[in-house]
Amino acid sequence: MSASDNLIPVIVSKVVEVNSIIKRFEFKHINGDALPAFSGGAHIVVEMIDGATKRKNAYSLMSSPFKLGQYAISVRREDDGRGGSKFMHEKVVPGMEMKISAPVNLFALDLRAKKHLMIAGGIGITPFMAQMTQATELGLPFELHYAARSASQAAYMGSLKAQFGDAVACYCADIGDRLNLEALLSDQPLGTHVYVCGPKGMIEAVVQTATNLGWPAAHIHFEHFLSPPMGKAFSVHLAKAGIDIDVGPEQSLLEAIEASGTPVNCLCRAGACGQCETQIVACDGDITHNDHWLEDDQRASKKFIMPCVSRFSGKRLELDL
Amino acid sequence: MSESLIEERFLSRLTDGPLAIAPGLAHYFVADASGAECIIRVAQSAPKGFIEKVHILYVPTPGENALITALYALGAKQFEHVPTIDEAIIKLGDWLSDAKMGSQLYLAGTEGLIGKAVAKGEECGLDHTAVQCEQRGSLARRVQCVHCKTMIENVTTQPTKCPSCDLLLLVRDHYSRRLAAFQGVCINAEDPSEVVEIKEVFK
Repeated sequence: MSASDNLIPVIVSKVVEVNSIIKRFEFKHINGDALPAFSGGAHIVVEMIDGATKRKNAYSLMSSPFKLGQYAISVRREDDGRGGSKFMHEKVVPGMEMKISAPVNLFALDLRAKKHLMIAGGIGITPFMAQMTQATELGLPFELHYAARSASQAAYMGSLKAQFGDAVACYCADIGDRLNLEALLSDQPLGTHVYVCGPKGMIEAVVQTATNLGWPAAHIHFEHFLSPPMGKAFSVHLAKAGIDIDVGPEQSLLEAIEASGTPVNCLCRAGACGQCETQIVACDGDITHNDHWLEDDQRASKKFIMPCVSRFSGKRLELDL
Repeated sequence: MSESLIEERFLSRLTDGPLAIAPGLAHYFVADASGAECIIRVAQSAPKGFIEKVHILYVPTPGENALITALYALGAKQFEHVPTIDEAIIKLGDWLSDAKMGSQLYLAGTEGLIGKAVAKGEECGLDHTAVQCEQRGSLARRVQCVHCKTMIENVTTQPTKCPSCDLLLLVRDHYSRRLAAFQGVCINAEDPSEVVEIKEVFK
């Protein structure tokens, strides 16, 4: 059972070009019903039917958790990606029917915090937009530090300043404005929780800096944006189902398993939540582990794989599915 | 130097001593007379520059001076001694209300001091993983009567009588970090006439 088993039929109600690389998509329930409730930081999985290819990508909800008439996501166009964002940018238009999953939150605010310190890099801003609306409504103290390459590429930077005022600080690299993490993380009141969403390097820098300064792990929250990496095609044997499946170069192993009709658990589809952890029955070859879930010793054992992001090359891979 | 006297350990209880330096921007130590030597031990083995980030709160035994002098001589950024544990906890709250993320709390001494300081730390937003405890001195427990919610200090017997509601309480190995106390549950609820022998076990 996974969140993407019971998909919700929606209609694309609005498509907005935010800047040259980012578009915002709004969805309404096909019957006009209220969509399921969610909290800031939640994501949905969007199913994309692109000819014969079915993709499922996860996107953070940026709309208000208090307005369930529609959901909004923002998608950054990745021309070198698997084609999901390109499909969204080129093929998705208002009035189109699509399917989305119910929201799942792996990046929720910890409501025990005395202050919420949010750090966004680029398109990593989206979950914070829902969180800031939630924090404002609930009267929770927060601060957003938003770093981007340039103001023209930084989605919503202007409107966030206007909406949240001094709670928002912006940093644009092209004019030499950089976020000093050490200074920021050294001057936070006791009981602060830090949240970071953005490129891998930024997440690592925040986690590392905070840990070195003595922040407890329970106060550090992060969300990776990881779409399934592409690679060479490979074949996998599903032992319980007794079938062989082919994984295309732009397809994830998880998508190939789903396409075969074999049940598999999943939630985040980005190697973070651990739901799709699958046991390996036999492996003659190499696994490229792209997840953030397995421990080093589990990887070395060649007994586990996260099908949502990891790939295989070699003679034979048999999974316990 | 004696090691921690606690022989049994359970998950909910914070007694992970001996104290060891953790990475941090500021280091807060609270000890009573039984735990003073722990602070001295940590400070003497610390890397250069550590003591400049150290704040010490000390509750001496009345009339005792040598340990005050020894702790003062460590040259911490801040050193204060107060007559009672309760005053130390109020002072700790004042310090922590100005503290930043990256603060570490080190507690050494008796159950009462550790328990109250842990609860104060939690109230001030300090994660329990940023708190280290080294129990020293008496093993007397702080117990909450789960029936009338009275806090009973320095409990040494099993079972023990609640001074407020008079029930005879079994002192469980169930420690509440929030309350900084063990749970005391009526031992003869089915038959209050049942006589249970009272033994001194937490010395």
